[in-house]
Amino acid sequence: MLTIENLHATADGKPILNGLDLQVNAGEVHAVMGPNGSGKSTLSYVIAGREGYEVTQGSIAYQGQDLLAMSVEERALSGVFLAFQYPVEIPGVGSATFFKTAVNAARKHRGEKEYDAMEFLKLIREKRAALGIDDGMMRRALNVGFSGGEKKRNEMLQMALLEPTLAILDETDSGLDIDALKVVASGINGMRAPERAMVVITHYQRLLDHVVPDKVHVLSSGRIVRSGGSELALELERSGYAGLGLESSAAA
Amino acid sequence: MSAQQEAAQAVESYAGERYKYGFVTDVEADSAPPGLDQDTIRFISAKKGEPEWLLAWRLKAFERWLQMEDEEPTWAKLHYPPIDYQGACYYSAPKSDADRPKSLDEVDPELLKTYEKLGIPLQEQEMLAGVAVDAVFDSVSVATTFKDKLAELGIIFCSISEAVKEHPELVQRYLGSVVPYSDNFFATLNSAVFTDGSFVYVPKGVRCPMELSTYFRINAANTGQFERTLVIADEGSYVSYLEGCTAPMRDENQLHAAVVELIALDDAEIKYSTVQNWYPGDAEGRGGIYNFVTKRGACRGANAKISWTQVETGSAITWKYPSCILQGDNSVGEFYSIAITNNRQQADTGTKMIHMGRNTKSRIVSKGIAAGRSDSTYRGLVRIQPRAEGARNHTQCDSLLIGATCGAHTVPYIESRNPTARVEHEATTSKISEDQLFYCRQRGIDEEDAVALIVNGFCREVLQELPMEFAVEAQKLVAISLEGSVG
Amino acid sequence: MASRRTIPFDYPASGAIAAALPGAGLPWLDALRAEGRRLSADGLPSTRLEAWKYTSLAPLAALEFAAPAADSVAEADLGPDAFDAVDGPSLVFVNGRLSASHSRFDALPQGLRIVALAEGLADDPAQVEALVGGTAPLNGDPMAAFNAAFAADGCIVETEPGAEVQEPVRLRFVAAPGGEPLAYHPRVIVRAGAGSRLALVECHEGPGGAPSWSNPLVDVRVGEGAVLSHVKLQIEGEGAYHTALTKAALAGGAHYESHLLALGAGLARHEIHVRFDGEDADCQLRGGYMARGSQHVDNTTVIDHAVPHCESREVYKGVLDDTARGVFQGRIVVRKDAQKTDGHQLNRTLLLSPKAEIDTKPELEIYADDVKCSHGATAGEPEADQLFYLRSRGLDHRTALALIVEGFMGELLGEIGHEPVRAALAVRVADWIGDAV
Repeated sequence: MLTIENLHATADGKPILNGLDLQVNAGEVHAVMGPNGSGKSTLSYVIAGREGYEVTQGSIAYQGQDLLAMSVEERALSGVFLAFQYPVEIPGVGSATFFKTAVNAARKHRGEKEYDAMEFLKLIREKRAALGIDDGMMRRALNVGFSGGEKKRNEMLQMALLEPTLAILDETDSGLDIDALKVVASGINGMRAPERAMVVITHYQRLLDHVVPDKVHVLSSGRIVRSGGSELALELERSGYAGLGLESSAAA
Repeated sequence: MSAQQEAAQAVESYAGERYKYGFVTDVEADSAPPGLDQDTIRFISAKKGEPEWLLAWRLKAFERWLQMEDEEPTWAKLHYPPIDYQGACYYSAPKSDADRPKSLDEVDPELLKTYEKLGIPLQEQEMLAGVAVDAVFDSVSVATTFKDKLAELGIIFCSISEAVKEHPELVQRYLGSVVPYSDNFFATLNSAVFTDGSFVYVPKGVRCPMELSTYFRINAANTGQFERTLVIADEGSYVSYLEGCTAPMRDENQLHAAVVELIALDDAEIKYSTVQNWYPGDAEGRGGIYNFVTKRGACRGANAKISWTQVETGSAITWKYPSCILQGDNSVGEFYSIAITNNRQQADTGTKMIHMGRNTKSRIVSKGIAAGRSDSTYRGLVRIQPRAEGARNHTQCDSLLIGATCGAHTVPYIESRNPTARVEHEATTSKISEDQLFYCRQRGIDEEDAVALIVNGFCREVLQELPMEFAVEAQKLVAISLEGSVG
Repeated sequence: MASRRTIPFDYPASGAIAAALPGAGLPWLDALRAEGRRLSADGLPSTRLEAWKYTSLAPLAALEFAAPAADSVAEADLGPDAFDAVDGPSLVFVNGRLSASHSRFDALPQGLRIVALAEGLADDPAQVEALVGGTAPLNGDPMAAFNAAFAADGCIVETEPGAEVQEPVRLRFVAAPGGEPLAYHPRVIVRAGAGSRLALVECHEGPGGAPSWSNPLVDVRVGEGAVLSHVKLQIEGEGAYHTALTKAALAGGAHYESHLLALGAGLARHEIHVRFDGEDADCQLRGGYMARGSQHVDNTTVIDHAVPHCESREVYKGVLDDTARGVFQGRIVVRKDAQKTDGHQLNRTLLLSPKAEIDTKPELEIYADDVKCSHGATAGEPEADQLFYLRSRGLDHRTALALIVEGFMGELLGEIGHEPVRAALAVRVADWIGDAV
């Protein structure tokens, strides 16, 4: 589903990714781990198409298409979802309004009838119950004044609503207490499906106690330096990145 | 069924018909030649069959206006070439059918596109675009339905010309009592030459059961240029008045100078909502309307409340400061404003809150959005008079800039002469962040929709003050006004 | 039109005064003065001018001024020095002219140069021309026009690149009016060389009694990466009019901070214009005003973000008692290309009396989209909650109020780095509170 080959990318002119290869098939969950500055967030932004990141070499194919040639919203509409490490606050825009706009944009793209208010309300009620999100949060402006845990659960809710084909979860576990972590993990597990792939980007192993990945990759200085099964995460947990001979580098 | 629901239903059932036939009745196609002198004013007054006192008042205003030659305001952040007041027409009859487009095929396709986006029915489009329709307007049906309903409650809602004839004592008592004929250059001009407008009187203790709107006005054609509106809410009454229309209306008259006066007596409340979407001119601002409006409300009585809500998206030049004079103790003034400028538009708008009575309160929420090469200025005065013990004001002014070639400005004036008063002003200027846009686009929302979404969020506090059906249209309008401002 | 925007004002014997000014006959200076006379001939700005909306100079216009006598006064007449605990060079001007006997600015630290203007015009006019001749055009600054036309003295303070001057340079302006109203227009030129550090302390003072008009123009340039701290204490007597204009231009990476404490004069206007000419510069404007009786104090500032990446912070706080009137007009301009500007402004006023008045006009004028700008303003009496809290701890009303006012003003003074200077201002604030509460 996702094939990244020899990806080189720069941010503000600084090289961050230096020849990254990654193959993710439908139905798989991959964990990408790495020390601070190894290029984890950059990888997620390059896949999502954020401005300010320049791909200087290599390719990303998504469902056989050249992902890099697509605009941000084209990628989103064709099923690429990024759960943000730092979800953005948009004052005055109600969460429910935002979700409806996004869901309907996707439906319209697929040539389906857009949901009206009642249909959407029904859909959202189902989805949020599973994530333990109360109705109050729906009425608040998007991410404004949300706690860290609320923001992350909100991202999970959007993933559930948009039902992506490829989900990239960028440090979705950071800043969560153990209860919130479990909610997020069950949200992710609930989305596992044969036709869906997920890339879980994380610094720590603890999310992987709850979401068992099919493959684990270690990212360092902008390339994958080790790949293995879920046992690799445990090894990392024991010996740390330093144990693998990896140090944090300065770049983000 | 409540009276309000009944009224609303009545409106709906007549709505289609009304637009099919248009508004214009049997006004003779007479016009005064361009230019302004005493004779012009006598002509207007005679044409309207006005009483002597009103003609005298107009002439007094004209006299004053002639002395105001160097008092045309220059303090606003507006740039426009000198206006040739003698070159303008001060009384022109509605266009004859021969001059109008025969069908929508003859109307500017850009305009039609906008109507489409706003979801305006075809017949309404014809009316707005000024398409000639040959059926004679059957004014009786719609008008009587409402008039009957309102008359039952003692509410007077008619054109100001009609009010002059039918209720001269009310007009004479209140006309010019909030905005005197000598008030300012544009209001004085209006006092001399106003052609028509609306009149509302709500008697003691009556809560007007429906939104009164220019939408339902009879004989409304051609009053846009020098409109004069007078709304009186007697003790303990309530009225909500809607002015304007989300659809862009073409007007051949570039100069507009309206005056609106509101009077709220003890315990009365007036809510006045405006959507202004006059023609802004082309992308270079050519041909747009110059809109110089004086709007002022007086909370004459204790516990009175006046609330202004405006969505200003049209006109090439907007000069407008809907104000509240808070005379009665505990009276309340509110001003909620969205001003959007794009291309070459310039808006200098805001409010004045004059606190005279004790424990008077005012709240100002202003959202200015500038895009293209436009300039948007908030200019507002909060004055606390010495007697205004315990007065409170809170002002929030936010500006949003879209693109690097526009300007957004905030000019509040705060004058406090009572130590027990508390005045607070906050203002911010920001832009739509790249992060916000990226987040929306990552969810599949395209850039233009994302901008509209974010701007509507920015304006939310004001939009929610609008009556429901108006608010929905206004949201669409916000999006349309900003089209082409990104990317 | 012009007639409505100015108040006719006969500046007496202006021609004769001009002829007697130092440096008369120097072509460039004659031209500058002629231009100043031409621009000031219309009179004083009237309240019809937006920038003067809240401050009327009509009472000033009604006065007939005499030309100040050129001689200085004796030491005893000057009164105590507000900054006597502060070391460093000091220049004393009496009625606008340097008093050599009171001034000490020999043996200056390395890298610091001070030239008295009248002396300089006599000794080395070319050097003065290089600095004065190049000052900003007078258009739009009515008071600057008067200064240009009639400045009789002043000084040039200059640091060499990289110079670090430890002790502040003090400029003391003393009004010593005789029987007749007198006016003076000091011109101060400050040039902080690249990477230099300098502190400047202005003090404007004078006894009560006969009216006087002080109209200083302070022209500041802060060089690349230079740091200038500019303190001003203004404590003239009730009969005084004080109309000051400070113009500061900041080069890249420069830091300029202004600390003003305005306590004196019947009518005082402190106008400060800051312009960013280079990127990554920052300025802090901090002003305190305390007025009572029928005093009128006006603070008008313009911060012009002409280039990107600059930061401005502005806080003006004041306390008004009796029938005093305060004015704050603060304008922040962000020009078209001045992206990443960060500007904040705050004005807060405590009103202690039912007859006191504050007129505030903060103003943002913004033409760039990627900026962070905000302003805030509040006015009102001290918070009832605060008073109650203090009284519940056993403080009487007077003491509680004094404490609140002191705390309110103290926030400003805390930012002054030079301790003896800060202490001297704190004494003034405490004295004012002691008298008021």
